[in-house]
Amino acid sequence: MKKRKRTGKRDAKLYLRLFMATFYLSAFTFGGGYVIITLMQKKFVEEYHWIDEEEMFDLTAIAQSAPGPIAVNGAIVAGYKLAGLPGVLLSVAGAVLPPFFIISLVSVFYQAFRDNRVISLMLEGMQAGVGAVIAAVVLEMIHTLFRGKGRIDSAVIMAGAFLANVVFHIGAVYIFLICIAYGVLKALWEKGRARI
Amino acid sequence: MIYLTLFFSFFQIGLFSFGGGYAAMPLIQHQVTELHSWLTVKEFSDLVTISQMTPGPIAINAATFVGTKIAGPLGAAAATIGCVFPSCVIVTIIAYFYMKYRHLDMLQKILDTLRPAVIALIAAAGLTIIGTAFFGKASFSSFDQINPSMVLLFGISLFLMVKKKMNPITVMVLAGVLRVAQGMLIL
Repeated sequence: MKKRKRTGKRDAKLYLRLFMATFYLSAFTFGGGYVIITLMQKKFVEEYHWIDEEEMFDLTAIAQSAPGPIAVNGAIVAGYKLAGLPGVLLSVAGAVLPPFFIISLVSVFYQAFRDNRVISLMLEGMQAGVGAVIAAVVLEMIHTLFRGKGRIDSAVIMAGAFLANVVFHIGAVYIFLICIAYGVLKALWEKGRARI
Repeated sequence: MIYLTLFFSFFQIGLFSFGGGYAAMPLIQHQVTELHSWLTVKEFSDLVTISQMTPGPIAINAATFVGTKIAGPLGAAAATIGCVFPSCVIVTIIAYFYMKYRHLDMLQKILDTLRPAVIALIAAAGLTIIGTAFFGKASFSSFDQINPSMVLLFGISLFLMVKKKMNPITVMVLAGVLRVAQGMLIL
């Protein structure tokens, strides 16, 4: 009985932190869903250690290939991992409420907001900042991926996926499907060789 | 009933938008300007502008904007819940199976091939943002349109992130403030 009460209290604390964290990150997700992924990498992986680095990659792949906004999907996976179904509901609420409030407010003052010079300069500068945040996180992720192991096929997949997306405008879902097909073949091949 | 109509309209947007905001845009436009005439084309383009200037996914922004206009705060709530409902169900199911089976050898190998692609896609998204920051709305067409102060700002931000390990949100806000300061001092 006593023990249960204590876990209940701990749960409440975790729930509150989860909600606050997703709310805070979502309020700064300028420039698309990938930004929240990089912010989550910083906060959930490096600061709170709620999610490990490899899980963060998988979380991103899930968020990107399921339907719906990436930011919402990312929050759902993180919330589920940390606290099950209540975690899902809390993190979705955290991800949705900032844009909800901001749009409600901004749509009233739209004209003034759009023509305000300070706001447009601020947003311009933040765009450079967001670019730097993504660049830094990408560098860290590359470092993590190749740490200690020179893996040629990873490098080839990375370069190929980048070119496919940037030059040939192939969507993420198709890129992931091709990678999955390659992974299945590779796993089967290795299994077959192990048997001989 | 308008709340249900809003809910199901945005439910479809949530269910069929794969691959981020720009892929969702035509779906949203179809639902709110063609199927239901909730917004005029002009209002829709205002909505896109607002979405680019504010945080948050465009589908959520659209749900709030349209819902408020058509049926007040409750309408906004109905549309927003409709929009995230498919994600909640589908992603939770995927997350459940992922947590249950991720230690399987086979799944590990498959995930191993996905991870480099994830990095590549984040890098591609980052490149688009950096391109817009450096060249304004025009894309990479010519290099003399590059904005040197934005490049400098990017450099400072990257330095603060990588070398000083500064909090990313602090870096973003600081970059914005520096740009405002620069813009105000020059003019």
